[in-house]
Amino acid sequence: MSLSAKDKNTVKTFWAKVSSNGEAIGADALSRMLVVYPQTKTYFSHWKDLSPGSAPVKKHGATVMAGVADAVAKIDDLTSGLLSLSELHAFTLRVDPSNFKILSHSILVVLAIMFPTDFTPEVHVAMDKFLAAVARALSEKYR
Amino acid sequence: MVKWTEEERCIIRGVWEKVDIDEVGAQLWARALIVYPWIERYFGSFGDTFTTTAILNNPKLAALGKIVLAALDTAVKNMDNVKGAYASLSRVHYEKIKVDPEHFRLLAECITISIACKLKAELSPQVQSTWQKFLSAVVDSMRSQYK
Repeated sequence: MSLSAKDKNTVKTFWAKVSSNGEAIGADALSRMLVVYPQTKTYFSHWKDLSPGSAPVKKHGATVMAGVADAVAKIDDLTSGLLSLSELHAFTLRVDPSNFKILSHSILVVLAIMFPTDFTPEVHVAMDKFLAAVARALSEKYR
Repeated sequence: MVKWTEEERCIIRGVWEKVDIDEVGAQLWARALIVYPWIERYFGSFGDTFTTTAILNNPKLAALGKIVLAALDTAVKNMDNVKGAYASLSRVHYEKIKVDPEHFRLLAECITISIACKLKAELSPQVQSTWQKFLSAVVDSMRSQYK
């Protein structure tokens, strides 16, 4: 399930349209994830407020989407492009890789909500494949 | 509530009585940490859990393995209401220890593999399937208070 040239183009085109909303997308995706999948809260015990739209959630949502933006720019070689992020997740954060799928789904839901006409099935599949590829790259250094 | 046939109960008890809790328990976490090194995040207070040798010889991990299997024994003895039996355990793991419930599933897989090493061909596909049904009920019960 690797990214075809068409997938990459679709991702880059769609991202160009939506990236200015990166912070809002990230905040909403993370807020939803914490509510819909409460088990993900176990990774954020150091935050005072885990409620949707809270300050730490917004800030972290922006951080995550900055990572996604970086991944779009490095779409031709995600494994080496995201190497240090992989190391961060594997050795410091130690987020179970099963959670990447959960966050990816949350991001897709937000994209559908915010960009209903642009988020066609073709864009959906390209973005889903892309986020899965990002998750794979992030999992690289785990073991 | 999970429904068990008489045959399934027999199979599950049959598997479980072949498991030496001390023997399997002592190596359980070593296996889990070596196979899924990121679960090391819960073991900051367990001393050296960073090299294979240290992991294999860590007494705290060995002790915890036996505790986990003792809890599994409770589940075997309360097959008709594992959810009830595990409610407070689930809550503790969610609220205090903050364990990602995906790791219950990973640990369950390690338990099955440890048992496979012991039982070998006796863990036939049918037996494994029934044992898996039981472990899934246990994992679900451990997840039940995550809300």
